[in-house]
Amino acid sequence: MSALTVTNLCKSFGGLHVTTNVNLNVEPGERRLIIGPNGAGKTTLFNLITGELTPDSGSVELLGQDITNIPSRRRAHLGMARTYQIITLFGRDTIIHNVTLALLGLSPARWNPLIDLKRQGHFVEHAQAALERVGLGHIASRPLAQTSYGERRRVEIAMALTQNPKVLLLDEPFAGLSIDERRDVHQLLLAIPRDVTIVMIEHNMDVALEFAERITLLHFGEVIVEGNRAEVVADPRTREVYLGH
Amino acid sequence: MSQRVFVFLVAFVALVTLPYWMTGVYYVNVASQILFYAIFALGLNVLAGYGGLVSLGHAGLFGVTAYATGYMLQLGYGHSISIIAALIIGVVAMAIYAVLSLRSTGIGFIMITLALGEILWGLAYRWISLTGGDNGLSLKTRPEPFGFSLAEANTFYYATLVVFLLSLAAMTIFVRSPLGAALMGTRDQPRRMTALGYHVWAIRFYACMFSGLFTAVSAILFVYYTQFISPQTLALTSSAEVLLMVISGGAGTLLGPIVGSALVVVVKTVVSGFLERWNFLLGAIFVAIVILMPEGLVPGSARLWRMAWRKRARRTSPVPGGAEAKP
Repeated sequence: MSALTVTNLCKSFGGLHVTTNVNLNVEPGERRLIIGPNGAGKTTLFNLITGELTPDSGSVELLGQDITNIPSRRRAHLGMARTYQIITLFGRDTIIHNVTLALLGLSPARWNPLIDLKRQGHFVEHAQAALERVGLGHIASRPLAQTSYGERRRVEIAMALTQNPKVLLLDEPFAGLSIDERRDVHQLLLAIPRDVTIVMIEHNMDVALEFAERITLLHFGEVIVEGNRAEVVADPRTREVYLGH
Repeated sequence: MSQRVFVFLVAFVALVTLPYWMTGVYYVNVASQILFYAIFALGLNVLAGYGGLVSLGHAGLFGVTAYATGYMLQLGYGHSISIIAALIIGVVAMAIYAVLSLRSTGIGFIMITLALGEILWGLAYRWISLTGGDNGLSLKTRPEPFGFSLAEANTFYYATLVVFLLSLAAMTIFVRSPLGAALMGTRDQPRRMTALGYHVWAIRFYACMFSGLFTAVSAILFVYYTQFISPQTLALTSSAEVLLMVISGGAGTLLGPIVGSALVVVVKTVVSGFLERWNFLLGAIFVAIVILMPEGLVPGSARLWRMAWRKRARRTSPVPGGAEAKP
């Protein structure tokens, strides 16, 4: 059984076909890289997989279960987590509160209007542990407004990881990072255990190629090349549309 | 922390002893008005402040509950049954509001709530057999809970104070709860909240219900206070007024709506006695607030206080930048 299967997925915005008959099959524990030039439909594909967009046709399966018609919020409960290319965090709150919201999202306690959230020891402990994991434990109580871009990227990843996803979708986790920060995030991603399947969009070839086992190249909403690292890099079509000569 | 507890204790004692040091029935009545409008503003603050959903139709809900109370009493029902029925009617009206207006957020939400408020205002004005039209409805008596007559200004004040304190406690608990945190999350990042597994629509709907309950409670206190309800109460200006209470005091804070309520009620009732153009003064105050502290009086004052305190600390500190080094 695959971790994530996308079958004949199509999506158009008016006359613009952003996703055309995309098929994707990601095995459990696999590290999949999705590449393609700007406007190839990579983030749209992610939005279709997470349910933020509804496909025109085709289906999405998570661990063998058809989730095409399951709302986005339920997919989080079924084991899907994502990060955003444009950092999407709760800017008025502290770092640990951001992670706590991620934990709370999967807990039945999220409906509770009577208890004091800050006094829920298990949430605080779990959130703190998630922050230790990404190396932000020492600044957990810092307001998000006072953090650097690289730290925010790590908060994004901590929020996704703390939900214990089975499939993790990373949308350009290295975008906008300095070389040092990139190395930190790379280490962080390498440390994620193999029971988490990772699908990653990334432009940063030096880190991304090292990380990925299989690569899918998208161009104008279509899968052009798919295969292991060496095959895709060697493929002339990859050179033509993406890597350049 | 202890400083905050001290301030609250002083405020609490001042409120409890108010009829003894406040000279005159008139000012006790003003205090009652401040308190029940504060409950109304707290209710709107759940949506406008914590939920990011600005409603311009809350006076309509307020009016529905007030009319329901008056009409039930006119039909000959007792006070307790009338109050309970009015509460239920008020919350059901909010549920209808929510289902219709939560289809959108932002400007769309404002416009739909505005339209619904106007519809209710029109009904109050035109459905004369039910509402008495322009003449309104009068309430002959105030209730007597546990044998205490609320006919006096002082006793009514204490009843209002008890309801106000209970409301404030309930709001404090809600704001600190997981559901409260989730509501603020849907205000700041609705997309992210959905991806994290939250049902954004349902969270907003529950917030509407909570807001509706506060609105209904304050409307019942209002209608017993004035013992009269007319379409004027449902007008757009009333909705705007309570929204201004929330915004001027500080949307998304616990104390802001209370301070805003005090400001608006004092200018409207007390200052209007001395100044014919009190509307002008109220407008000038709002302009000043928007320019000097756009986040509202309570957070704005806190910011100025911190700045002044830091400046003083820097001046007395022997080492430059020593203030930052302190824990």
